Amino acid sequence: MHQKVFVTGIGLISAIGNNVRETLESVYLERSGLGYSEYLSTIFKNEIPVAEVKLSNEKLGEELGLHSSQAYTRTALLGLIAAKEAILNAQLENISDARTGLVSASSVGGMDRSELFYKEFLHDNNKGRLRNIIGHDCGDSTAKIAEYFCINGFVTTISTACSSAANSIMLGARLIKNNILDRVIVGGVDALTTFTLNGFNSLMILDRQPCRPFDETRSGLNLGEGAGFLVLESERILEKKDKKIYCEVKGYGNACDAFHQTASSPEGDGAKLAMLKALETARLSPADISYINAHGTGTPNNDLSEGKAIENVFGSSAPFFSSTKSFTGHTLGASGAIEAVLSVLAIEHNLIFPNLNFSKQMNELKIAPVNRLMKNIEVKNVLSNSFGFGGNNTSLIFSKC
Amino acid sequence: MLTTEVYINGAACISPQKTIENIGIPAEVTELNDALYLKCIEPVYKKYIDPMVSRRMSRIVKMGIYTAKSCLENSGIEDPDAIITGTGLGCIEDTEKFLSSIILNEEKLLNPTPFIQSTHNTITSQISLALKCHAYNITYAHRGLSFESALFDSLLMMNEKSAETILLGSADEITPNTFAITKRLGHWKAGNVSNLELLNSSTKGSIAGEGSSFFLLSNKPASSTFAKISSVETYSNLQDAETVKKNAISFLQNNNIGIKDVDLVLLGINGDCRFDDLYYGLTKTIFSENACAYFKHLCGEFHTASSFAMWMAANIIKQQAVPDFIKINNVQVKKIKNILIYNHYRNLSHSFILLKHAEL
Amino acid sequence: MEELIEQLKKEIIEALNLEEINVDDIKTDAPLFMEGLGLDSIDALELTVLLEKKYGLKIKTADEGKKILFSVKTMAEYIQQNKK
Repeated sequence: MHQKVFVTGIGLISAIGNNVRETLESVYLERSGLGYSEYLSTIFKNEIPVAEVKLSNEKLGEELGLHSSQAYTRTALLGLIAAKEAILNAQLENISDARTGLVSASSVGGMDRSELFYKEFLHDNNKGRLRNIIGHDCGDSTAKIAEYFCINGFVTTISTACSSAANSIMLGARLIKNNILDRVIVGGVDALTTFTLNGFNSLMILDRQPCRPFDETRSGLNLGEGAGFLVLESERILEKKDKKIYCEVKGYGNACDAFHQTASSPEGDGAKLAMLKALETARLSPADISYINAHGTGTPNNDLSEGKAIENVFGSSAPFFSSTKSFTGHTLGASGAIEAVLSVLAIEHNLIFPNLNFSKQMNELKIAPVNRLMKNIEVKNVLSNSFGFGGNNTSLIFSKC
Repeated sequence: MLTTEVYINGAACISPQKTIENIGIPAEVTELNDALYLKCIEPVYKKYIDPMVSRRMSRIVKMGIYTAKSCLENSGIEDPDAIITGTGLGCIEDTEKFLSSIILNEEKLLNPTPFIQSTHNTITSQISLALKCHAYNITYAHRGLSFESALFDSLLMMNEKSAETILLGSADEITPNTFAITKRLGHWKAGNVSNLELLNSSTKGSIAGEGSSFFLLSNKPASSTFAKISSVETYSNLQDAETVKKNAISFLQNNNIGIKDVDLVLLGINGDCRFDDLYYGLTKTIFSENACAYFKHLCGEFHTASSFAMWMAANIIKQQAVPDFIKINNVQVKKIKNILIYNHYRNLSHSFILLKHAEL
Repeated sequence: MEELIEQLKKEIIEALNLEEINVDDIKTDAPLFMEGLGLDSIDALELTVLLEKKYGLKIKTADEGKKILFSVKTMAEYIQQNKK
């Protein structure tokens, strides 16, 4: 028999807050985390706005009570902070009291340290501090989280660019639904790196101004960093416990656009399929969705493609929708999880987040995002979209219990 | 652990052995003793990849796509219901290229292609693109369990009945830079060692390798069926020989298989004396009377080497013959019904995979 | 101009790794994108980098890029007119 999947804990760190409480504060104040980087070593430091977590690696290490933050990449540190908050939030005193797994995600892993290593290694293969390179791979931060919280069972990392963390949540839900595990800590993390900053800059899709998702004048995205984690638990193990339940993970869907490696199809075929699959698994109709937390990066291509897909799925009566990337920036491998946590908060607090910086509706679309914070709206079902390079499209549905 | 019976109806492999040209286990092993690491014997990619498409691709992407297409061809399936892959380091050559470019050009005038190609899911997405396949596609990048994670997800999907056919695979490449770094980390043997000298080695380090293997999994048998994949179990912690033994016994018990019913134990012995005791701990005790074999002298050590083992095992079951050049002992086997694969990656992660004869 | 066109074709082949294509295969007047060689948006970015690296010429907007990169001929003309 299929188990229902509930969210019992959430944790979050991004440019708009070092935890859930600070994040909500920023949301209520409609305060974006965009600005110029303090920690990145780049010629674009004062030219390209990013959404950076306002803590140094040393501070992150102190928060975690680590002897030295030196052995950890920024990615691992961010992941540990968010995972810790989620686990404490879910009141998991004994993590081995049930079949527990960990599914995390990242797009560039410990690249923040690898870059430091390569600067020296490139000129002389005997140079470069090895401790800066051992955390390079995507699985490193996951392994650090597993080690810190003594999770020895099913542990893995997904890496599908910007949809990575949404896919982690989807896998976690499936593992519980199919009674393979009782509890899965799911999420994703990515740190700002010179690698990704230059990568997106070379693609000419970074905005030198704060991004304007779904706006006619939009001209690109702003990169962000952070981590989001959720504790998912099965209804069976929750029966015996008196624990706060945030909401249910009701639906999920993944599809491939199969159009181009970096560009999305003009009508958003992959996005449409993912949203439809999520609705199908949730056994909901489009009219049941209260709010869509869009992928909405602010690039001309994504927002048109996603906008069209939303119109194709929801018709003229699309629900409220917005992109929160003008708050947090595009956090790549973490975005699916950070936005999942925001979706959970939308349900918990009956909020619809504003699409900051929006003012002019796109000519090609009949729909427009919400541009101010809406309170006291009954938010029953939230659809959260995450679309990655390679046409990897994932949609999740969270529902009020 | 996940147990569900699924048929392997297609399989292909690019490795440092002549595995892709023969489309099967080669008759003899290729000895490699004058190279730093075991590099793949690559096919002519034009057969499956249009030059206008392959022009941007690094080796790992070409290897992955070629292997996937070869696998699909021999399975007779054109449109799988899911594409699920695993990779330890992803497209590391392009990652290194872009990173180097940033440093050498001081962040100016950078070519975008290596950045685009560096994302871990490039292989999976290029396969989807080539097949115009809109189905579920995922890439796992979790070190020594990257392939096992992909396999786990595949079995889960079959269990859920949300797919009838799944293209499952893995790819990892070795580059001079990655080799140099892992050499400094103490992963490899000092000096050039023959890949045929890994058994019972008393020195530290292994030999680096690379490769790509793909499988077409199905809920129905076909004339192209190799074997059944039955179960996979993974661990993410340091273990000692006793723990490995206990886990092996428990894995078999959970699959209702007695120790003597294991016709072949295929082990990830890699020549590193620091870690091989975990394998010999099995061959000298619970599996002392079973036919045992190893595979890393053929493919080298890398994060997704277990997919090579699964490819070998599938072919062994199909051909009902164990090649002499992988045997560790002389225990003869009449009928090969069950193969147990045990592999670990530097004792940081462990996996058991069970393959069975399809009994069609 | 002829020399520049020949040179440009070689540089395009190299920059875009068009292994199976020779200088003779690229028609000077033919569109580079969609039809003709069938290049895509990633190639457009690479050619933009090529123009700046080799000729010191920066393409300022996407619209400008579409016109300049239309064909080898339009690229050569742009270079001739603006070369530093």
